Amino acid sequence: MSTTPFRHHQHAHCESGVTANLLRHEGINISEPMAFGIGSGLFFGHLPMLKVAGVPGTTYRLWPGAIFQRVASRLNIKVHTEKFSSPDKAMRALDDVLATGKPVGMLGSVFYLPYLPEAFRFHFNAHNLVAYGKEGSEYLISDPIMEDVTRIAPADLVKSRFAKGIPEPKGRMYYITGTSKDMDMAKAIERGIKQTCFFMFAKPLPWFGNTAIFLLADRIKDYPKKLPPRKAALYLGNVVRMQEEIGTGGAGFRYIYAAFLQEAGQLLKRDDLAELSAEMTTIGDDWRHFAYSAARILKARQSDIVSYDELSDLLRKCGTQERELFEKLRKLKW
Amino acid sequence: MNINEVPQDQRNIKPGDTLKKLVYAVDKDGKYTGVNSVGWEAENVVIKQAWDDIDEHLAETEAQVRAGTLSPIPYFMLRNLMDLALLARYAGKWQWQVKRHFKPEVFKKLSPAMLAKYAEVFNITTAELTGFGKKNA
Repeated sequence: MSTTPFRHHQHAHCESGVTANLLRHEGINISEPMAFGIGSGLFFGHLPMLKVAGVPGTTYRLWPGAIFQRVASRLNIKVHTEKFSSPDKAMRALDDVLATGKPVGMLGSVFYLPYLPEAFRFHFNAHNLVAYGKEGSEYLISDPIMEDVTRIAPADLVKSRFAKGIPEPKGRMYYITGTSKDMDMAKAIERGIKQTCFFMFAKPLPWFGNTAIFLLADRIKDYPKKLPPRKAALYLGNVVRMQEEIGTGGAGFRYIYAAFLQEAGQLLKRDDLAELSAEMTTIGDDWRHFAYSAARILKARQSDIVSYDELSDLLRKCGTQERELFEKLRKLKW
Repeated sequence: MNINEVPQDQRNIKPGDTLKKLVYAVDKDGKYTGVNSVGWEAENVVIKQAWDDIDEHLAETEAQVRAGTLSPIPYFMLRNLMDLALLARYAGKWQWQVKRHFKPEVFKKLSPAMLAKYAEVFNITTAELTGFGKKNA
């Protein structure tokens, strides 16, 4: 049985936060931005045909679940991941691992986590949290987006772990089974950056990567012409929500990524990474400017065509700058 | 974003919300650091918009239930932020079956077991489910 008490650190994003907290518990000192960058979390996607609650889907990061796995494999860390056919089995397996003193990462729906503020509790099924113990019947929870640790009743945890919809967590849990002395940070950083560049320029699908920013820019221009005002406002509002709602660290994960580039630059003593970090910060500021401008239009309830045109231009600017930045990142010599 | 530019615009959407989330910003030496934020106006506007939209739909649906043109199912579906596809998954039914249960005359004939299933999904009692929208409720 492990005697190390679990130390909770608040992070911006659930998955990179859980990853950093679990690794730190094993004595690997890694920051959230580092986990996010090595795990190739950054992305952009806009899917007009995939409607979530009647609104087109927009994402600023890769589909959840991959960061932890990638970080583990790139740092030579052994992990165990398991999903379950029934809540009974899932809870028993969780109890068994907790009894050994090991903290356990889990996937669950935000809707069934009573400790989170109601304003954020939608049916988002890919939230990550850590259980680090049990007291009485209650589970001790470290949720990285919270300032401090909390607790949850077993019935609520079951509901969250076995939420239905897309994706279904099916009680998925994961924990670290072994670490290695043979950890090559430089190689892990390189692989993380290369994969992000690959995804950003993934062709020929227009809905994914850098080109999707321009797709969204074109669509937004058309919102006031093609949609009733209420719908246009909801579509636009959703883009901003995905970018700025809790869990992105600001500017749709662009600031976390800039922090990663900065830390990587320091670690590897590379000025080029430091410069690219500063560029990413400026791009993040432009995303924030887009969000701010969009919210101003929504608040004033104006949906005149001029303002949507301006938003479209702001997005194109973000897209162009990001394309240049990822071209440079892609051409880095390692 | 510099750390002194991190917005502190308190969210005021649902009661008791004091969560200070973490955002990343650069300090005066250009070094990234995590900073707590109680919210940002731009973010608050769009979160409120999403909830206002739900509230509007809820009010419209409640009126239809009271007028006898819809069963209580779609009202509680919305209150639990579900759509037809998700409710069907939770209820263990096809979407077309759930849609039929939206009709008051079909709802009246639902088996106690089916009503109990819906009540469980909505986290309410069967009496709350069947009584909703009645004159004295």
